[in-house]
Amino acid sequence: MFPFLLLKDKTLSMETEILARIQFAFTVAFHYIYPPLSIGIGLLLVIFESIYIRTKNETYHKLARFWTKIFALTFGIGVVTGIVMEFEFGTNWAVYSRYVGDVFGSALAAEGIFAFALESGFLGILLFGWNRVKPWVHLVSTIGVFLGSMFSAIWIVVANSWQQTPAGFHIVGEGMDARAEITDFWAMVFNPSSVDRLTHVWLGAFLAGAFLVLSVHAYYLIKGKYVEVSKKAFKIALVVATVFSLGQLFTGHQSADGVAENQPAKLAALEGHFEASAPADMYILGWVDKENQEVSGIKVPGGLSFLLDYDFDAPVTGLNAFPEDERPSQINAVFQFYHIMVAIGMALIFLTLFASFLWWRGKLFDKKWLLWIFVFAVFLPQIANQVGWFAAEMGRQPWVVYGLLRTNEAFSQAVSDNQIMFSLILFFLVYALLFALFIYLLHKKIKHGPYEESESDDTPFGGTLTHMIN
Amino acid sequence: METFLGLDYPTWWFLVVGGLFSGYAILDGFDFGAGAWHLFLKKENSRRIALNAVGPVWDGNEVWLVIGGGALFAGFPVMYATMFSSLYVPFMLFLLFIIFRAISIEFRGKEPMLWWRKLWDVCYSISSIMLAFLLGVVLGNVLQGIAIGENYQYQGGVLFEFLNPYALMTGFTTLSLFMAHGAIFLLLKTEGRLFAKLTRLLKRGMIFFMVSFAVTTLYTLIYIPHLSDDFKNNPSLFIIPLLTFLSIANVPRLAEKRKYKWAFLFSSLTIAFLLVLVAVELYPVLLRSTIDPMYNIDIYNAASSTKSLQIMMVIVAIGTPLVLFYTIFVYKTFWGKVKLDETSY
Repeated sequence: MFPFLLLKDKTLSMETEILARIQFAFTVAFHYIYPPLSIGIGLLLVIFESIYIRTKNETYHKLARFWTKIFALTFGIGVVTGIVMEFEFGTNWAVYSRYVGDVFGSALAAEGIFAFALESGFLGILLFGWNRVKPWVHLVSTIGVFLGSMFSAIWIVVANSWQQTPAGFHIVGEGMDARAEITDFWAMVFNPSSVDRLTHVWLGAFLAGAFLVLSVHAYYLIKGKYVEVSKKAFKIALVVATVFSLGQLFTGHQSADGVAENQPAKLAALEGHFEASAPADMYILGWVDKENQEVSGIKVPGGLSFLLDYDFDAPVTGLNAFPEDERPSQINAVFQFYHIMVAIGMALIFLTLFASFLWWRGKLFDKKWLLWIFVFAVFLPQIANQVGWFAAEMGRQPWVVYGLLRTNEAFSQAVSDNQIMFSLILFFLVYALLFALFIYLLHKKIKHGPYEESESDDTPFGGTLTHMIN
Repeated sequence: METFLGLDYPTWWFLVVGGLFSGYAILDGFDFGAGAWHLFLKKENSRRIALNAVGPVWDGNEVWLVIGGGALFAGFPVMYATMFSSLYVPFMLFLLFIIFRAISIEFRGKEPMLWWRKLWDVCYSISSIMLAFLLGVVLGNVLQGIAIGENYQYQGGVLFEFLNPYALMTGFTTLSLFMAHGAIFLLLKTEGRLFAKLTRLLKRGMIFFMVSFAVTTLYTLIYIPHLSDDFKNNPSLFIIPLLTFLSIANVPRLAEKRKYKWAFLFSSLTIAFLLVLVAVELYPVLLRSTIDPMYNIDIYNAASSTKSLQIMMVIVAIGTPLVLFYTIFVYKTFWGKVKLDETSY
């Protein structure tokens, strides 16, 4: 689309592009561990605190305070790694920024004003205001922070969805000055994929938070610590996890339908469907051989056709319907990421339904092995969130804005590959430290537990020393 | 070009971005400034109190950076793209230090060993100093202009070109400004011997600022004439530097009288006035090309479409009162001296 942008030195531009992509992928994948946790824990905080205010039961107060500390951790890391993401649009994707700025502008402005400001404003009260404001004011602050995090998901998913299914814009200018300009704000916001993808992302975030709560309290139950508190928390989180695991079936299906309609090349890559127009299978497991255009694995013949059109013989557009340079190159990776996500989704449904069944039979906490599964199940929604995004973003290639702007034309021409190498190494080191910090603090908070026992002064930040002085 | 209340939309958005950056500089300014003094405080308890003075707000203050950056991206995408990709190294260093600072704040209190706490104290303080300094360096480069060629492409050196003499001066000026500002903030939050010590530090901070500011101003007037053109052509604009100087002079006067709340107000105003000064010097240019003025990025060639700016103005008009409301509410809740309690760092 923009031949004028192709550099004379092709190898250099390749390397710069690849490095810029690796850096963005690495930093955004790391970032995406945290915001979903904040949103999910935020939901549970609102629930715990609301129950506390209604029942005045101190247990829920303790739960809310305990999870607030973990929320603070995930939120803090989310903010600093989020600043990195925003900067990277400008530093590494300058052409892209110029191209989309006009359209993204309003979404970003809305995100800043309605979401970030709300979150950060009330965060101080949520974290440090327990003894300074009335309980209901505190609850309002908690809700404010939670809503803020939900809103920020709206705007960032809207922006990303616009890259997948652009709407409400027109192209103005030519050559280097060409860019998308907004014509219809609401058409941009409600572009064809926004709503499906947003609900899918929200539910994924709720699951990330709920499974962390399940994991920690399952661990306490196994160890026989904080038993009463943990049973309550576990049950609440289990309800949340069950409802939203099932919900993911619907939002996932909606998303897939949307992809079929709006991004047929991506859909074809998700299932490794090559033939230009033929009934498509659905794979449970598989391996894509791009050279021979074959997929080997366990499949439901005609499954994809059925899911989309309720007819096993309905034709589905395949990869061969698109020119080589308009389809994703990493088809097997897209296929695998997508299938891991689906498999995890199914596993979560099975796991939560099974646990709910035991609860109904009054045997929820009898099976230690089940609790152990929940301890480690915390990784499942995290992995699903990550690979789901990988599938979505790699499936969009070679476009950065679907059908409009190619990824290999969108990176910053002014930045050299050496500079990116330098920053990439920097990010590896700093994020390794940041991740170590996260694990260390999480471990410490979990070890400390939700009770404020008399011999320890339960100071989350530096209390040990005051304790020593005393 | 369409206008609203007599000003065109790019100008309106220029004001919005300027307002957001001023808010950011005032807020994260005291918080970086407080961090910059950290190693000057020797006692463990003093350091804890100083850290907890910024404890409830530093995270929220940094969100202003996200919002300000977002507003620049949204309203002037060309500026955003060119500035960030041209000044790649300082922005990456800024990111490095902002993460290090967050890590230090969180790590410090978690273990009782003295070496542990000293290690993170050093990290915290150096990160705070470097962040303030880098903001100034970026500002210096913007004021002076950078080598932008055709198609808004940067054509200068890629590694250390951003560290030129003028950028160093603006870097030190920003650092000293934030240190004075941060010291006043800490005075509002402390008592007793720590308070007394901070009054002495504030004096040093103000001297540091006066010297840096004077040197930078002289250098600007002599070597970067384009920055004072607007004032020479339109003498009525001299009211702005005049107000800036009065505001600066008022800070030590009020500090001497121990009216620290007012001193903080005027030190915040000083930051705002200095940015107004910068804005007037630049307007309507955002980023000057040192190659040829025809490659300048200004608010018109960098702006989003009028339609887009109109939508964003509506969003800002709805959102700003809300933001002001709960920001004031939060600061009121935490107003007063720091008392270390169970939720402290």
